[in-house]
Parts: sequence; structure tokens; C-alpha cells
Amino acid sequence: MRVARNRQALYPYLLIAPALLFVILVVLFPVLRALLMSFQNYDLRRPGAIGFIGLTNYAAVAGDPLFRAALVRTLIWVLFGVGLQFVVGFILALLLHQHFAGRGIVRSVSLIPWVTPGVLIGLMWRWIYDGNFGVLNDLLVRLGIIRDFIPFLARKGTAFPSVIATIVWQGIPFFSIMLLAGLQGIPSSLYEAADIDGARPRQKLFYITIPSLRNTIFVTTLLRIIWVANSVDVIYSMTEGGPAYATQTLSVYIFNKASSMNLGYASTMAVFLMLLLSFVAVPYLRSMFRKG
Amino acid sequence: MKHRAVKGRLLRLAGFFLPLAVLLVFLLFPFYWTFVTSVKPAAELYQARVTYWPAGFTWDSYRNLFGEFRFLKPMLSSLTVALSTTIVTLVVAVLAAYAFSRFEFKGKRIFMVLFLTNNMFPTVLLLIPLFTIMRRMGLLYTPSSLILAYTTFTIPFSIWLLSGYLNDLPSSLEEAAMVDGANRRQAFVKVILPVLVPGLVATGVYIFMQAWNEYTFAVMFTNERNRTIPVALKNLIGQLGVQWDLLTAGGIITIIPVCVMFFFAQKRLVEGLTAGAVKG
Repeated sequence: MRVARNRQALYPYLLIAPALLFVILVVLFPVLRALLMSFQNYDLRRPGAIGFIGLTNYAAVAGDPLFRAALVRTLIWVLFGVGLQFVVGFILALLLHQHFAGRGIVRSVSLIPWVTPGVLIGLMWRWIYDGNFGVLNDLLVRLGIIRDFIPFLARKGTAFPSVIATIVWQGIPFFSIMLLAGLQGIPSSLYEAADIDGARPRQKLFYITIPSLRNTIFVTTLLRIIWVANSVDVIYSMTEGGPAYATQTLSVYIFNKASSMNLGYASTMAVFLMLLLSFVAVPYLRSMFRKG
Repeated sequence: MKHRAVKGRLLRLAGFFLPLAVLLVFLLFPFYWTFVTSVKPAAELYQARVTYWPAGFTWDSYRNLFGEFRFLKPMLSSLTVALSTTIVTLVVAVLAAYAFSRFEFKGKRIFMVLFLTNNMFPTVLLLIPLFTIMRRMGLLYTPSSLILAYTTFTIPFSIWLLSGYLNDLPSSLEEAAMVDGANRRQAFVKVILPVLVPGLVATGVYIFMQAWNEYTFAVMFTNERNRTIPVALKNLIGQLGVQWDLLTAGGIITIIPVCVMFFFAQKRLVEGLTAGAVKG
């Protein structure tokens, strides 16, 4: 009897055991290993020289002007990338919440950017931005906004805003489906009561809609910040971080260093990125834990 | 009276249909442009005048893509990796999700948060140690390395998604079967799994999409023999510039399968994804 009860108590642990094993092997162990590598001289182009070097990598990273520039760029990337995704995604959600013919199809179709591979997104936009045959240049010339074609991705001043516009395009659908689901959950009685009190549309937006969506906005924004900060493929397929590092965010810098096999240095920067993201991840996890 | 109706309609046009149309054009034009580029003859692509509707129409780029450039090979690699990732993830995740949804046990919350934590680590942070681990295990440049790497983000997320779907199913389902003499495992396999199928399909589609689209791990963990689609697409950018007709044709071929799958699973997937954030 007692054995049977013990087996019962073990049951849930047995069920999560495979998932736990995977997570330990492919996430927790690698994270510890990355921490370890951040204290090592670990360059696969010179495997003979691999060994512990204390805080040398950390000192080098702290003094690396490219790292500092990438850090600032990451903040701008996240601020404008996620900020604009939110604003435009919110507008789209409000529009898709209205009743109109063909709403179902429009809702589905507007999600396509979200299911498109990041690399393809980068390449599609790279072609749109093209300085010789690009359709964006052609449109702007036809509309009389510019006179000569601009090589958007090849020029230092325009490259970064251009890749930010692309990440905004990618992230709009995710925000809009999350916010749309939130909108659908707001009881219509709130709006009816506001109508009786003679509330204006803008008042309804700021006093009913946005407060009701607070939790959705919080969770979605935190998730999105983490994804955008981690994103490599869009920038990499558009510019590889160039021209002259103008689009090199921290994730792209780390990826470039890892690609060139300087894994110790890349790990150190990745540890910095993890610490930076924990400012976002911890509140998110705490809110999930509370909900548990 | 009539005046007011006209005014109302104009307002709806300016305040609703116009912004919606602008947003939709913004979101969808890149796909239109990708398709148009893929069917234009190369000469038309690289002429001074940009044409918005192809003057000439040709499937040459698609023929070249599958002929000379052997695009079928990366497609098969992607399919292998994506399907295997989906199966491995679903099996592992559905068990854990069932535990979280149906049992109370010590440390349950800690474990749940532990799984969620995994989605918080920077991709590039995991990439580096996994590269050396795969290298040492002799898995580098095999599909297994990618499948393992992809479980880092698919398993935690799928557990979360499937727990949501399971929570929507009443426990009375299994309890009734267990009263009839079935044990827990039989009740799970015969009663729960069949009704969970739509949720499993939606989760599976999401996993497949992620694995099919992933680039950062794929470019480090594959070589010429098993390049996946995103890597093959990026590699079409050669030393001599970009062959945009080929690249856009490859792009169209890449998104068609995921779009088709997505449209079938969309309703349940969106429900599952939004549930957690909306509930509050």
C-alpha cells in the first residue's frame, strides 16, 4: 500500500523527468559552460592556447569601444523597435477589432510576416531598400520626396533606421494578435456605461481600453523586448552589422565574434547581454510565478 | 439626414478603412514584391525603370533554383530537422504539461518557472557552449545537433502551450475512465490524447515553424551537406552580388508550406498563445 502511494507521488516527477533532462543538458549545462568560457582564452583558431585567463576577457570587453557602441545601439534597437511595434500593432489591433466584411481573412493574412523566416524578411527588405533597383527608392522618387536613389543599407546614417523599420514590420503582427485577444476580453458593459456617461472615444481609449489591457501590454512587451534584443537573423541578412558597424547590436556583435571562433570573448559579451536582459526577464518571471 | 449619412460614411472611410488599407499594404507589399521579382526576367529586374507589374513573365528562376542550385536538398534537410524537432518536442512536452496540469506536487511552481526561464537566455549565449559541446560529441554538422539545439526553445514553450490546452480539458474526463477501471496511463492515452489532438497539432505547427525558420544555430551547426533553407537562402548572396530572382523564388517556396500549415492551425494556436498574457 505504502509502495503504491510512493509510486503515485513519484508519478508527476517521472512525467517531467524527460523534459528536465533535456533542459539540463541543452540549457543549464551550456549556460554554466558559457560562464566558464568567459574566464578562458578560448579561440578555436588557436586551440593550443585555450586556458583560464581570469578576468582578462571582462577587462577587454569593458574597454572595447565596439562593445560600448553595440550596447548603446542595442538600447536604441529595443526602444524604437519594440516601441514602434507596440504603437502600430495596437492601432492594427483596434482596427481588426471592428466589425467589417472579410475580417477573418484580413486577420489571418496580417499575421504572415510573423510566420516568415527572419533571414527571408531581411533579404526581402534588403531588395526593397536596394540602392540601384530598389522599389522604395523608385516610389520615393515618383512621389517627389527624393531626387536621387539612396543606398539605404550602405550608408551609415540610413542603415540603422532601415533595419529598425524592418524589425518593426516583423513584430507588428505579434503585438496585434496579443492586444486583439485582450480587446476581445474587455466586457462591453464598460463601454456601454461610458456611453451613458457621455464619454468621448479618446476618453474610452485612455480610461477603459488601455487600463484593461495593462497585463497584456506588460507581458507582451517584456517578451518582445527579449526577442528583439536576441534577434540576429534580420540584421545579419541585411547588413551583417555594417556598414562600418553602424547596425551591429550586441547580439550581432556576439554572433560575429562567435562565427570567427573567438568563443571566450563572445561568451563574456553574452554574459553581459544575459545580465542586461535579466532586468526584463526577472519581472516577467516574477509575474508568471505569482500567477503560477 | 442624408447629409449626415454621407458624413458618417466619410468618417468611417478616413478613420477606419484608410488606415487599415495602409497598414495592410505595408504588411503585405513585401510579399507581393518578392513574388513579382521571382517571375520577372533577369533583364527586367536590372533595368533603370522599376516595373510594378512584370512586363515579361517567366518561371526560369524556379527552374534554376531546383536545377542548377539544387534547392530541394536544403528543403529536405529543413524538413528532416523540423519534423524531428516537432516529434521529439511534442513527446517530451506533453508528458511534462500533463504533470503540471493534473498533479499537485512539491516544487511544481519552481519547475514551471525553471522551464519558463529557459526562454529568457540569449540565443547567442547558448549558441557558443552548444557549439563546443556538439563539436566534442561529434554531432557538429549533423541534423541531430540542430534538433538538440532547437529543443532549447521549443520544449519550454510547448510545455507552457500544452499546459494551457490541458487545463481547458476537465479532469472529470480521466476520472470517469478511471472509475471504469482504466489506470492513469490508459486514461491519458485513450481519453485525453484524442481530445488534445487539435492542441497538439497547433503546438506542432508552431514548433515546425520555428525549426523551419531558424538561422543562427543553423548557420553554425551545418555544412554544405546539410544546410537548411534559411542558410541556403543567405548563401545565394555570393561574391558577385545577389541573384534576386533566385533568392525571391526561394523565399516564396519557403513560406508556402508554413503559411498553409499556419492557416489550418491558426485559430487554436492564437488562442493558446494569447491565453497566458490575457488572463492576467
